[in-house]
Amino acid sequence: MLVPDDLRYSKDHEWARPAGTTVRVGITDYAQDALGDVVFVDLPAVGKVVSAGDVLGEVESTKSVSEVYAPVGGTVVAVNASLSEAPEKLNADPYGDGWLCDIEVADADAPSSLLDADAYRRLTGS
Amino acid sequence: MSPPAPGGRAQSAPLMGRAAEPTIFELSAPGRRSWQLRTTDVPEWPAEELVAAEHRRRAPVPLAEVSERDLVAHVTRLSHRQYSVDLGAYPLGSCTMKYNPKSCDTVAALRGLAGVHPAAPASTSQGWLALLVELEEALCAITGMAAATFQPAAGAAGELTGLLLMRAYHDAHGQRRRRVIIPDSAHGTNPASVSLGGYEVTTVPSDDRGCVDMAALRGVLDGDVAGIMLTNPNTLGLFEEDIEAIATAVHEVGGLLYYDGANLNAILGVVRPGDMGFDIVHLNLHKTFATPHGGGGPGAGPVAVSERLADFLPGPRPVRVPEDDGTTRYGREMPPRSIGRVHSWHGNALVLARALAYIRVHGGDGLRRVAERAVLNANWLRVRLSSTYDVPFDRPCMHEVVLAAATLKRRYGLRALDVAKCLLDEGFHAPTVYFPLVVEEALMVEPTETESPQTLDALAEAFERIAAAAAADGGLDAAHAAPRTTPVGRLDEARAARTLVPTFDARGG
Repeated sequence: MLVPDDLRYSKDHEWARPAGTTVRVGITDYAQDALGDVVFVDLPAVGKVVSAGDVLGEVESTKSVSEVYAPVGGTVVAVNASLSEAPEKLNADPYGDGWLCDIEVADADAPSSLLDADAYRRLTGS
Repeated sequence: MSPPAPGGRAQSAPLMGRAAEPTIFELSAPGRRSWQLRTTDVPEWPAEELVAAEHRRRAPVPLAEVSERDLVAHVTRLSHRQYSVDLGAYPLGSCTMKYNPKSCDTVAALRGLAGVHPAAPASTSQGWLALLVELEEALCAITGMAAATFQPAAGAAGELTGLLLMRAYHDAHGQRRRRVIIPDSAHGTNPASVSLGGYEVTTVPSDDRGCVDMAALRGVLDGDVAGIMLTNPNTLGLFEEDIEAIATAVHEVGGLLYYDGANLNAILGVVRPGDMGFDIVHLNLHKTFATPHGGGGPGAGPVAVSERLADFLPGPRPVRVPEDDGTTRYGREMPPRSIGRVHSWHGNALVLARALAYIRVHGGDGLRRVAERAVLNANWLRVRLSSTYDVPFDRPCMHEVVLAAATLKRRYGLRALDVAKCLLDEGFHAPTVYFPLVVEEALMVEPTETESPQTLDALAEAFERIAAAAAADGGLDAAHAAPRTTPVGRLDEARAARTLVPTFDARGG
């Protein structure tokens, strides 16, 4: 299971990639594997204000519908609209083309409270 | 070659070749009809003079045009491509796909029952009304409730009816409560029914034994809680041992307990929801009381309630009417504070006749044996398969057992879906997969009481063979190619869901 060293992780299997004041968010390789083939992604509206732990959207696979939680709080400033046409990107490239949204954070240190790669590997046994 | 499994294994089911059955539209021939009017002396009349222009179609509906012979052949060929409870074992967990005794069909086919119009006056429907009153009393005795309605058409309709009863009860007490509690292992229909009933869902987690986490439950209970929906045994096939404490805690804040009767056949004749403290119970007659379901319906989801909710039941209800001369007649009555109708007449009445026949044929001790055999069969499979598959909750289960392919997936890449597909080639219907959601790679197996020890043995062997084959060289590729013996092979479920095409275009393309 792929766990890139340069990302931060939530216990709910989202990843966060800080870039200045925005944080790119997606679901982990472990999460996409557990979900199976993703068939629909429900993304948040741009401009939505979320707190860490709030529901960001939903990911539907052939097995189930799962909620995606915001790993950090802030304002959604961009979403990966291409997922509505090609939800399979979440399976093929969860850390790249399969990203979900960008969140502008008020607190640039917010991601540092998340798990680092080693801690996430321990959590998932990978 | 494994020993024969009488009744349970369907590997010998014959098929006339492997060609795909065309759709009915592809069989269509312009102008062909499945009826014709014989020559009579009744004069023809132009449709234009009989039906006003605004009520006439401008063009005919493009229906398939086939003869009766072609239609029957098409439908029969399709039916021969189906698995069914009459064909073999159908261990589809949570659904209770058990064999339905034919004697119950014989009763439902009696002309005196099947030939009565529901609008016939009570005076000429005494037999039907007596049957319904007797069934209501039997179901109340089985569940420990005071009164019941037969109107809900199936389980989910029963759930909504139960929630509307909950709302009516709180309204009558001048209370506006907004939340209904549901365990995270619940049937998916529960949260949907709660939303449809105008309530908000509060989820409580399961503890490490697979039951409601009592501390978490106490944390979400307050005066805003209208009630809780529970299935007991729960969807993990486990008995909620804290049920009395749960009932007390919910009643203390003024909430009601709703029993989802989907799993009633595990406790039939052994313990009653009413005695556990439940206020509202829905029953799936099409599961526990062996009436057809699963596309072969219609179902029936009667809702039984405790005394304090009886006045709110849908109506009119069949009732006994004592006569002055000491005899009893039967009539229909609207409960005083009824929530109204949730179905025309008395619901799917012939299903009710089958259910009463089933109850009468078994008697009280027979119904108890149904539950005991169902639980015994599931536990036999649990113990037998525990050395091959994961058993996430290693304690006695009720009528169904949750296995998991999590270890097989990690070791060999064999997923629950692959196991299900391989079972088809072994001559069995697949179990439920990926449910309950709280179990990774779940395989939910419900053998039901109707399968013999030989069938269970053959089913267990099939499970074991599939696991062993995955460990061999090339085993995973073979598993991914399953099923090979069915009319249609492995479907691309992801593509079907991503590019959904729900209609057939008769013009092609």
